[in-house]
Amino acid sequence: MMPGWRRGLGRFARDRAAALGVALLVVLIVAAIFAPILAPYPGDVVDFHTANRLHAPDAANWLGTDRMGSDLLSRIVFGARITITIALVAVGSAVVIGVPIGLLAGYYGGWPSNLLMRVSDIFLAVPQIVLAIAIAQTLGPSIENVILALSITYWPFWARLVFAETRSLKNEVFIESAIALGASPLRVMVLHVLPNIASSIIVRTSIGMGGTILTAAALGFLGLGAPPPTPEWGRMIAESREFLPEAWWYATAPGIAIFVVVMGFNLVGDGLRDFLDPRIRRGAGGSGAGAK
Amino acid sequence: MRRLEMIVSRLAWFVPTLAGLVVIVFLISNVIPTDPVRVLLGENATPAQVEAMRIKLGYDQPLWVQLARHFRDVLTGNLGISIYSQRPISEDLAQRLPATLELTMVAITLSIALGIPLGVVSALRRNSLWDHVVRVLSVSGLAIAAFWLAMLLQFLFAMKLGAAPLNSRIDGFGPTPVTGFMIVDSLLDWDMDSLRSALSHLALPALTLALPAAATIVRFTRAGVLDVINSNHVLYQRAMGLPPGLIVWKYVLRNALISTVTQIGLIFGVLVTNAVIVETVFDWPGIGTYAVQSILQSDHKAIIGFTIWIGALIVIVNLLVDIVHSFIDPRGSR
Amino acid sequence: MTALLAVEDLSLGFATEAGFASVLDRVNLSIERGRVVGLVGESGCGKTTLARAILGVLPRDSARITGGRVWFRGTDLLTADPEVVNRTVRGRAITFVPQDPFTSFNPVFTVGEQIMEILKWKSPRADLPAGRGWLPAVVSPYPPDRKRADVDAVLELLDAVQLPRPDQLLRKYPHELSGGQRQRLMIAMALLPGPDLVIADEPTTALDVTIQAQILGLIRRLASQRNVAVLLTTHDLGAAYEICDAVAVMYAGQDVESAPVDRFFANPAHPYTKKLLASLPRADGTAGGIPGEVPVLIAPPGGCRFHPRCERADGPCREERPPVESLESGHWVRCYHPHREVA
Repeated sequence: MMPGWRRGLGRFARDRAAALGVALLVVLIVAAIFAPILAPYPGDVVDFHTANRLHAPDAANWLGTDRMGSDLLSRIVFGARITITIALVAVGSAVVIGVPIGLLAGYYGGWPSNLLMRVSDIFLAVPQIVLAIAIAQTLGPSIENVILALSITYWPFWARLVFAETRSLKNEVFIESAIALGASPLRVMVLHVLPNIASSIIVRTSIGMGGTILTAAALGFLGLGAPPPTPEWGRMIAESREFLPEAWWYATAPGIAIFVVVMGFNLVGDGLRDFLDPRIRRGAGGSGAGAK
Repeated sequence: MRRLEMIVSRLAWFVPTLAGLVVIVFLISNVIPTDPVRVLLGENATPAQVEAMRIKLGYDQPLWVQLARHFRDVLTGNLGISIYSQRPISEDLAQRLPATLELTMVAITLSIALGIPLGVVSALRRNSLWDHVVRVLSVSGLAIAAFWLAMLLQFLFAMKLGAAPLNSRIDGFGPTPVTGFMIVDSLLDWDMDSLRSALSHLALPALTLALPAAATIVRFTRAGVLDVINSNHVLYQRAMGLPPGLIVWKYVLRNALISTVTQIGLIFGVLVTNAVIVETVFDWPGIGTYAVQSILQSDHKAIIGFTIWIGALIVIVNLLVDIVHSFIDPRGSR
Repeated sequence: MTALLAVEDLSLGFATEAGFASVLDRVNLSIERGRVVGLVGESGCGKTTLARAILGVLPRDSARITGGRVWFRGTDLLTADPEVVNRTVRGRAITFVPQDPFTSFNPVFTVGEQIMEILKWKSPRADLPAGRGWLPAVVSPYPPDRKRADVDAVLELLDAVQLPRPDQLLRKYPHELSGGQRQRLMIAMALLPGPDLVIADEPTTALDVTIQAQILGLIRRLASQRNVAVLLTTHDLGAAYEICDAVAVMYAGQDVESAPVDRFFANPAHPYTKKLLASLPRADGTAGGIPGEVPVLIAPPGGCRFHPRCERADGPCREERPPVESLESGHWVRCYHPHREVA
């Protein structure tokens, strides 16, 4: 398999769109990790300087200042931390919960599995954001609650996906022979099924990160994310509304930040799809604003 | 016969699905640490007041009793009273639903009108400059936050250029409300001024919703057309010398459209998702704004009512899409 | 020239990720009117590519013709006006029977609609428009009296290919029919326009063994009745023996031998042909093979491409492709060391 991998990796490296995506993600990660160093006014995450409020971009504040006079660039850079955290934890926990459930349900079958999948279907019948709004509103505004709401509404997607793929793989000859040779169910699931569905999971994880960030930003926009002064991008856009059209920079900067980050994840996801399995049809199960 | 079976089985699952939704939403809102009664009354309420309200609203009963009562209420269409408007929630939702539906339907039409031709041409001129531009735009369209796009369009077209109104559905009183759909009612009244006003107000919100949806449609259509173009039946028709235009616009298009139809259900879900947020930006009097207001007022029951309605709406739309699909694809469900 | 179709020194290749694959190398082939010619070779030898090149439906992105001509009724199809070729040759004078009849039907239209579409444009009763019709093809009308005549012709031909209850059959969708029925329909569709040449690309490969013989017999019978030439590509020598008048062999993109069917099987001249015939399973159950592997076409062997696997190969074989040597009437071979007939 090695020559195939190397050629695929070469394809991935030459795929300019995927390379751009990786570059954008690197920017995000660097901004998040090195925020205290990179931000020109790190204190502005909490500090405010009302004398300086709503200044257009200039040499002192490259992206201008917000309604409290804080430097937008610094707040956005620190907001990257929040964005990454939400994306990683929400998607990560949804995958960690959903994939094993899907594996078990797909492998064992029977009425408990079907019941579980029906429950997942119910969750999936409603757009993620609608349920997430209900949950986040109930729990109260905070980043943790946003993450919780997002993971609760996202795990069914993974469970269903892995269930379907496990069930179809189960009929494949190589699985049947593994079982016939006496492999334990755990072995079969982890060593035989999982590697085969791994590429599908990886691709959708990347695209899912993008969608999750958009949903999280929407929750922040609605006021369901962390309370001020947390520099959450969605909330910042909401704050900027009343100052349009004069303070255009206030609304533009966080929006572009969201766009850049989501683009990064989407491009990487598409690139991974081409690299890992060119046979997966483009667009089937692709990204959509809010949809996964 | 198979089609009938499908419809019947889907309808049969409709009820348990919604029931499950009701249960889940109920559990979410009740098995949680925060106290809805306290939230309702505010922080200054005394313990006595809280207790009194709790009994009044029935929160003192055991959970399963509350659930049973909840079911009874939902089945009779009683979703409770909105704290904000002091009216039954179902009434509020019913009054606002046409606005959201009209917006969504216009947005879907726009996105299809944009997305399918672009997708087809993009596939036919694969790897040309045109194709690359369209693909870049469609990938971008999926990365933009809908609410931000709404604000951007508002800023550009309404505030700066003055080309479109800023918000709400119509200027003045509008046509006689028969269906609640401004376009339909204006035509029924033959009120051209209202029609013009309604359309201009629909422009920006519908565009905001249509662009990300169009991006998705372009991707699916392009993939679908490429798939068909490389198929053996197209090769056969080419080998037999059928006119190329005929092959594309009669045969390839039909195959690609069929696979696009199955995605309409998905797209509708995305549209509704975005509509919730976009309505607030444009002050659109639909159920999305209602939901958001309910959030801000911590109007618990209203949010639950909204969730149930949206769930039902989407399940119905998905069923309709599947029915249409079963009519146009003779191969049956795959 | 008397030949209906004459492929002359045709060379073409495909651009791939790994380089340019030289799929056809100066191939020659000729077909007389009314004769059934078998084109035989292993998978990947280029026979399907040759068929598609004659039809003019090579993959547009990657295929490049690097030389040669395809003469049909005196015109070179490669250099003629493509639109004229599409209107007058494809689907009229030259028709096609594909390998897989299932995927060659559009799944969402009935077979009847698809047959009538072919006839709408390619019926022998249709006037050839002098120039382009001004209406776009999608909305062109179908003259009702011609349509009636065409429907009669369809029903008659469906009878000839032994499809029962044709009117009911035409209302069905492709997935509702069996493989044999679909291929019979394909044969009918190929004959309805009244062609001079039918190109059948491995028409029985996708069918059950029990049906293969029926379909082959049908092709032979109808071709003889209507004096239609057939180019039949196949990797099944038995099929070639059954129904062909002449057989041509290809190896790795090169044509190596061609002979009338009796001489072909009795006195194969090219070493590859001889080995092919020898590898057929024998009555006692044994079967041979040919040592070695088919070459990769991106960097093919020079000269005669079979030389790495040929025990007769020597210097000239590796350098320069053998010229055509005519052995006897209609039997030619390209080899420096062919098997000669024992006198």
